[in-house]
Amino acid sequence: MAIKVITPGLATSVQDLGRPGYYHVGIPEGGGMDRFATRIANLLVGNEPGAAILEATFMGPELEFTAPAVVAVTGGELPPKVNGEERPTWESFAVKAGDRLSFGYLKSGARAYIAVSGGIDVPVVLGSRSTYMLGALGGFEGRVLKAGDEIPVGTGTGKPGRSLPTDLRGGVSGAIELRMLPGIYWHRITEAAGKRFFEDTWKVAPEADRIGYRFRGGTPLEFVAREQPFGAGSDPSNIVDACYPYGSVQVPSGTEPIVLHRDAVSGGGYMMLGVVISADMDRIAQLQPHTPARFVPVTLDEALTARAERRAALAKAEDTLTA
Amino acid sequence: MAQILSPLPGTFYRSSSPDTPPFKADGDDVTAGDVIGLIEVMKSFHEVKAEISGKNIRFAADNEDPVMAGAPLADID
Repeated sequence: MAIKVITPGLATSVQDLGRPGYYHVGIPEGGGMDRFATRIANLLVGNEPGAAILEATFMGPELEFTAPAVVAVTGGELPPKVNGEERPTWESFAVKAGDRLSFGYLKSGARAYIAVSGGIDVPVVLGSRSTYMLGALGGFEGRVLKAGDEIPVGTGTGKPGRSLPTDLRGGVSGAIELRMLPGIYWHRITEAAGKRFFEDTWKVAPEADRIGYRFRGGTPLEFVAREQPFGAGSDPSNIVDACYPYGSVQVPSGTEPIVLHRDAVSGGGYMMLGVVISADMDRIAQLQPHTPARFVPVTLDEALTARAERRAALAKAEDTLTA
Repeated sequence: MAQILSPLPGTFYRSSSPDTPPFKADGDDVTAGDVIGLIEVMKSFHEVKAEISGKNIRFAADNEDPVMAGAPLADID
């Protein structure tokens, strides 16, 4: 069984739950940027939550199936169509050999997750099938899909008509607030600059991608004067090279905050104001360019509570589908 | 009348660079396959092509406008 790529969309790649354990040698965890949507898409088609899926960004691909399969699309609202006829999102549906899966215009969110019963069966590289495009590693030939590709699919047992109730889907609604834990370089900016950073509304820059989400439109940061440390660059935002955690918020030259995401670079010489908490990382994955957002400071206790709540919501959704 | 819609969310540009003329001026004729603008997203530029031929193009989006997927960029007769 295979999927033929008729048109690839904008940046469609094979992803799963990533390859933890190699970040210290510069290979990021990677995997589906929206972990919730990745896991649920798999469960809807009867796969393990960590099976490989296709992540489509902003625009869907057109795919042709060589054998019957069960498919589900979760994440951003990218309406699936089988032979031109619309199908629901967050619900499994059947396709026959020769059927074409295409997509309408993206209605909300940024990334859709396309799971196929049996999972995408590309080779496992360093413990994962996810594609790390920057390192040309894993996935389908280490790259985004191209027209003419034939993507292998495993054998599955999924059933059509399985759906996740609307109230369990999460999703982005209303004003976007990204909760952030201020970090060890916070002292580099003035108190007034720190206050403004949280007051300002920032907008997602069109450059935002799997490596990092860039924001612009807020007030440039004012730095505290210092003597340039040995080994740090001359810009006031430079530090002696340090590790970059997932979710860390670096602000090169104090102008445009960048939140590192699943394909993050592992270290460098920009100070980080803090980290966006793990509970809000899926939410970032669904932000379109130009979306207004604010950063909201939280304490470590609040971050841990939010993580526990997020895990409980996921467990509830997974229980509904595996019961 | 037909509309040309943006396939992607991003920033709309009417010309290939700031010092070149727009791909199409208001009132121009359009042939299927003609590039009418660019959408910038994720560090790359994507051509927006007319899917059908028509006359008298009228732009609904300005240069550098933020656009959503499915947003009308231009009308043609």
